[in-house]
Amino acid sequence: MTSAIPGVTALINIFRTAGGVFLLALETLRAAVGRWPRRRVLVDQFYLIGYRSTPVVLTTGLFTGMVLAVQSFNQFRRVNITSMVGAVVGVSMVKELGPVLSGLMLAGRVGAAITAEIGTMHVTEQVDALRALATNPVRWLVLPRVLAAVLMTPILTLMADVVGIAGGTFICVGFLKVEWHFHYINMLDWLRVWDVSVGCAKSSVFGLLIALTSAYKGLNTEPGAAGVGKAATEAVVTSCILILISDFFLSVFFNAIKPEWAN
Amino acid sequence: MLEIRDLHKHLGGKHVLRGVNLTVPTGEALVIIGGSGCGKSVLLKHILGLFKPDSGQVLVDGEDTVPLPERELFRVRKRFGMLFQGGALFDSMTVADNVSFALDEHSKLPASEKLAIVQKKLAVVGLKGVEKVYPADLSGGMKKRVALARAIAADPDFLLYDEPTTGLDPIMSDVINELIVKLKTTLNVTTIVVTHDMASARKIADKMAMLHEGTIRIHATPDELYASDDDVVKRFINGLASVEQMKEVWGEEAEKRMAK
Repeated sequence: MTSAIPGVTALINIFRTAGGVFLLALETLRAAVGRWPRRRVLVDQFYLIGYRSTPVVLTTGLFTGMVLAVQSFNQFRRVNITSMVGAVVGVSMVKELGPVLSGLMLAGRVGAAITAEIGTMHVTEQVDALRALATNPVRWLVLPRVLAAVLMTPILTLMADVVGIAGGTFICVGFLKVEWHFHYINMLDWLRVWDVSVGCAKSSVFGLLIALTSAYKGLNTEPGAAGVGKAATEAVVTSCILILISDFFLSVFFNAIKPEWAN
Repeated sequence: MLEIRDLHKHLGGKHVLRGVNLTVPTGEALVIIGGSGCGKSVLLKHILGLFKPDSGQVLVDGEDTVPLPERELFRVRKRFGMLFQGGALFDSMTVADNVSFALDEHSKLPASEKLAIVQKKLAVVGLKGVEKVYPADLSGGMKKRVALARAIAADPDFLLYDEPTTGLDPIMSDVINELIVKLKTTLNVTTIVVTHDMASARKIADKMAMLHEGTIRIHATPDELYASDDDVVKRFINGLASVEQMKEVWGEEAEKRMAK
């Protein structure tokens, strides 16, 4: 009956996924308290999730910073405050665009890879083989990916912030002839350590959501090649939606707890 | 000893296991036969605790494993080795890493000792010099043998085989059958094999059980099973379709075809 109403089915699926992801998070936490995965497994995941994502995240950051500079410049020129473009680029990159766009790019690159790998292992009984060999699949498969995503996403985001700001500065000073001194002073004046920290904290949460959602979808893949493809698609879409929704609530939360010195 | 008592399981709305009872004494080789999709593999996974039954008991040396949580089950599973249908080798690891997986996870042996065990176990299954090869570069038969080496790496008390000869040519099937017999006799492990390959079953079994419509239709020695008067058992042994199955294929002509 519910299948005839797409909205209801979608809603049920979202709640089912959310519940499953929450339970997987608890299980991952329990696994983290026990014996940790082998160092080689962790290093592999840090390499795959962190290092291998660098090009895509840097490209995203660079072009986002540059396009932001071009668009802001056109607006700010009307009110003759083009020296503020650097501040806008800096604050936007660090607070929102860096974390969110890096998160979305990672959801596509890392999320799909995690789901496809774990999903293929699931349908070829490799996950059952892990359990048969008295090994917890959550400790072996999920924990290393969660750790790598939680720790590497903020680092990648910081890199995106830096190249985005550098790209924006390059456009402003190099092409749009904004005075370097005012550009630099205004940017420093408006950028806060608090904002950078909030951006990093948000991207850690995004990394957690990407890894958990993708691992959950992988562990619950339906049999066959089509099942793996479907699970990977769902993982990317769900991760992206979760990033955007959680970004709103995290922003509200961090604004609410913002200390006096950060203003 | 392994005992299965009144095991029930529903999967996808279907009552797959409808009160399965089996006993396998220590050191015995039991072959479970039955048609495709009758629940043989499901039964095997219940023994290992990979599936939880709706009701019933699985007793491993007298201990009921059904109520045990996953963490407790790991202790029980260390006594088991399982050969999965497709081998289920870890793609991202070399043959040596696959075989030494249980040793790496559950023992503190030095690397040199683990390597020696890996080489010994690979030799038992007739493989040499493949330690650094990845599973993707192995043939079907070699994958099964590596998976078998992985299953016996930690010297289990029980060995479970899920369709060990499926997808292999007749000669490689025979090699795997001989390996199963060799492992059973040399290691004195309790063996349960799930198969629909009757040649394989005949070669391996001390006892045979036929799973049909969710229950054990017959549990007997191979000679007794082959001498059975039960029509279902006889048709399975001889590979003959039932009247209903023939009608699905031939329609009205089914009876004429059967008369031939």
